[in-house]
Amino acid sequence: MIGLEIFNTFILLLLVVAAVTSLWVKDLLVSAVVFGVYSFLMCLLWAEMGAVDVAFTEATVGAGISTVVLVATIFHLRRKSND
Amino acid sequence: MKFFSLIPVIVIGGLLLWAGQDFPKWGDVESPASKSPVSSHFIANTGVDTEVPNMVTAVLADYRGFDTMFETVVVFIAGMAVIAILRGSSVGRPRRKDHEVEAEPDLIVTNTVRLIVPVLQIFAFYVLAHGHVSPGGGFQGGVVMGASFILIALSWDLEKAMSRFPIERCLFVAAMGIVLYGGIGLLSMMLGGEFLDYAELDKILPVSREMARYHAMLGVEIGVGFTVASIMFVLYANLASEGRLKQGL
Repeated sequence: MIGLEIFNTFILLLLVVAAVTSLWVKDLLVSAVVFGVYSFLMCLLWAEMGAVDVAFTEATVGAGISTVVLVATIFHLRRKSND
Repeated sequence: MKFFSLIPVIVIGGLLLWAGQDFPKWGDVESPASKSPVSSHFIANTGVDTEVPNMVTAVLADYRGFDTMFETVVVFIAGMAVIAILRGSSVGRPRRKDHEVEAEPDLIVTNTVRLIVPVLQIFAFYVLAHGHVSPGGGFQGGVVMGASFILIALSWDLEKAMSRFPIERCLFVAAMGIVLYGGIGLLSMMLGGEFLDYAELDKILPVSREMARYHAMLGVEIGVGFTVASIMFVLYANLASEGRLKQGL
């Protein structure tokens, strides 16, 4: 159980780091990729909690398709964010 | 201005963390969610009512079938909205040349994708068909299927993917998915039940009432998969080409 606690704490800390980073960086492409990382960490957490269906959806929709769609959109925008 | 918007963020975040202490412990059998009659009813009766081992799929596609049907409609409407906004929005505007790479599709990339795509598509069908017994279902299978076409579009170009799955056919398949879902609902209504009351389908299927629900769930999952797969590809194709539907990234 202690191992799981450490795993959960590690993932949750990484989640906070990923969330803050994706808002912090000026480059939208980096932001989109870090957002995908966030989704994948969420997917790990769902899987660890036993919600495998949700984890599967998060991995396919959150980390997969939405990152691709965001990157496809950013290619038609200026990459630098103003704030 | 940025500093002032930080204050409500910190205050609300602190309040949420403070309120989070009242949550029951994870996996607590005494928590309200575990003790409510609804969850114990589903846990006790799902296997008896529908013979579906994966309770999540049974709740999603059967007990809350109406909800899932309109979720599928929401996905369909999202695709329609993207098309409606982007079609014609770039008429007369020159194509931006910032990221353009005029090169032949890479040999290694295309050959890797040639190997991956069939496996991906078979896996998508597996996920869709085994939604009852293992994690998965229409949404996940559909997304994996759509992703395989996006992979083709990324590694060759959009024309290559659209020659396999043209946009008109995408929209037809997406609409057929919803028609299939609603059709199974209407069919069970015509056979004397309520809308989406799959047990009534035992009058036309040579199976028991429980297995009729099992098989009807597969039917509606296939409908969801159709809609999600094609709308995912439509979303990518429109966003990557600003609604021009050619050349892509």
